[in-house]
Amino acid sequence: MASINQNAYTSALPDFRNLGILLRILLIVNIAAIAAALLRAVTVRGMWQELLDLSAIVQPVLIVILLVLVAIGGILRRLPYFLGALIVTAIAVGVTVGLVGFVSSAYRAEGLGSLPRYGALAALTTAMLLAYFELRGRALSPAIAEARLQALQARIRPHFLFNSLNAVLSLIRQDPRRAETALENLADLFRVVMGDNRELSPISREVELCQQYLDLEQLRLGDRLKVVWRIDKMPPDALIPPLLLQPLIENAVYHGIEPRVEAGEISIDIYSLRNRVHAVLRNPYARQGDHHAGNKMALANIRERLQLHFDAEATLDTRVGEETYQVHITIPYVKDRP
Amino acid sequence: MSAGALQILIVDDEAPARARLRDLLADCAPDVLLAVVGEAATARDALNVLATTPVDVILLDIRMPEMDGIEFAQHLQKLPQPPAIIFTTAYDAYAIRAFEVHAIDYLLKPIRSARLKDALTRAQSARTPAAAALRELSRGAPAFLSAQERGRIHLIPIDDVIYLKAELKYVTVRTAEREYLIEDALARLEQDHGERFVRLHRNCLVARSAVRGFERGAGEGEGHWVALLEGCDEKIAVSRRQQHIVRELGRQ
Repeated sequence: MASINQNAYTSALPDFRNLGILLRILLIVNIAAIAAALLRAVTVRGMWQELLDLSAIVQPVLIVILLVLVAIGGILRRLPYFLGALIVTAIAVGVTVGLVGFVSSAYRAEGLGSLPRYGALAALTTAMLLAYFELRGRALSPAIAEARLQALQARIRPHFLFNSLNAVLSLIRQDPRRAETALENLADLFRVVMGDNRELSPISREVELCQQYLDLEQLRLGDRLKVVWRIDKMPPDALIPPLLLQPLIENAVYHGIEPRVEAGEISIDIYSLRNRVHAVLRNPYARQGDHHAGNKMALANIRERLQLHFDAEATLDTRVGEETYQVHITIPYVKDRP
Repeated sequence: MSAGALQILIVDDEAPARARLRDLLADCAPDVLLAVVGEAATARDALNVLATTPVDVILLDIRMPEMDGIEFAQHLQKLPQPPAIIFTTAYDAYAIRAFEVHAIDYLLKPIRSARLKDALTRAQSARTPAAAALRELSRGAPAFLSAQERGRIHLIPIDDVIYLKAELKYVTVRTAEREYLIEDALARLEQDHGERFVRLHRNCLVARSAVRGFERGAGEGEGHWVALLEGCDEKIAVSRRQQHIVRELGRQ
């Protein structure tokens, strides 16, 4: 547990550009609006009227606030937490008071109530939301430290390590140079596997790692393993969680190629489309696959890490075809570390 | 076993692993009188070698495509004089525990030549793994049935089997091409492959996929159903107790 304690949690504003965060804000504010409507109404029918009246104020105000936060969220997150939180609250109060004030003076709307009341409500709601995100951050923070541990668990099968070492040993007498390259690849692979994998890293690095890994597998499997890379439309600077693709490719070899006598092809497509990065991995699929548990564990692990890094903005789909198994991952195209 | 050289067969699906074993066996050669009689990448290839060459010891990888080493070892036991088996594996905690329990010889990859030498020396006082131990080790139903004919083992993919019929000591295995006699119990075969076969008669299991339809039998068993089969002209009588199967599988 020591390693987790060392990664003490530091408060940070939520990333307002993250879809998951925005959805959470919308949901919580609207639930609060429903609660307020329930409090003010006497009958259920009256509640709907109250809710409509409230929404007419809440929704536009909320959307303007969120737009502002999305626009300057990056700058705010670089400030010290309390200053940032103060500015967020000030923005919320300012936008609320400004908009309500503008509407009531422009349309001479009566019965809107006093501006300080709206300001106070906005401040309270914002403080509540910030407290929620702070608690959520604290709750998830050990998980992020643990993501590294999980990355270690999802990693390389001992089966692969020992078989690779065995293959390298067989090369030492016949082909010392190939043995050298193989050991260098193995060292690079384990440097990443044993390293700190909490930070995002460029996808080009991951691809290089996967190629080194596949070189090692090729050593053992020879002509049985065919690999096709289609990565000319890959944005090399896109950031992904390290060891995102390697365990999937390892699965593809273990479940797709090794159980076959004849040769099989693994294909990897990486491309970007409308500001999202797609990775599609295909391998031959044998129905009498016997090691499904291992595959599910690796997938669950990757899903969890995607969620920790990208919340609701990443997807992972698997499809079992007649003869192929496909994994399709999409993540937002992020270039700078948050 | 003769006083001559130990005849060794290497079975592993990975070429570098086979090369490594050859190197190691060469290292052992000054101390143990041995000869490598062949290499095989699959169980089928290994059977071809065994059909033509006498083999004393098989160095057998566990994880192989098509048929794993454990299942292969089970089929080999049908030989009149089965070779000694030394399993090789890179990593398999489950299998290793079982090997220890049943004193079955195994080598961990990467293999050390000293360990290999020990194992080969022991193998000279040949010992084949117990059938019960191998059964315990096997994962899932075997993919093949095996028949022994004149010292040769024939592998019959379970997918090819049309029916299994118990007759006295033997079970007749019918494929589209021919019949084999195997020394298994029908009950055990049903236990292993219950999902694939349906029992139409006290002494007969028929592959569900091979049942083409049913018709009323003629002759003495008049009124009884018989099953029509895909890929073979024979008809299999459905016993009175199993009449419900006709409804379940649908009639013609």
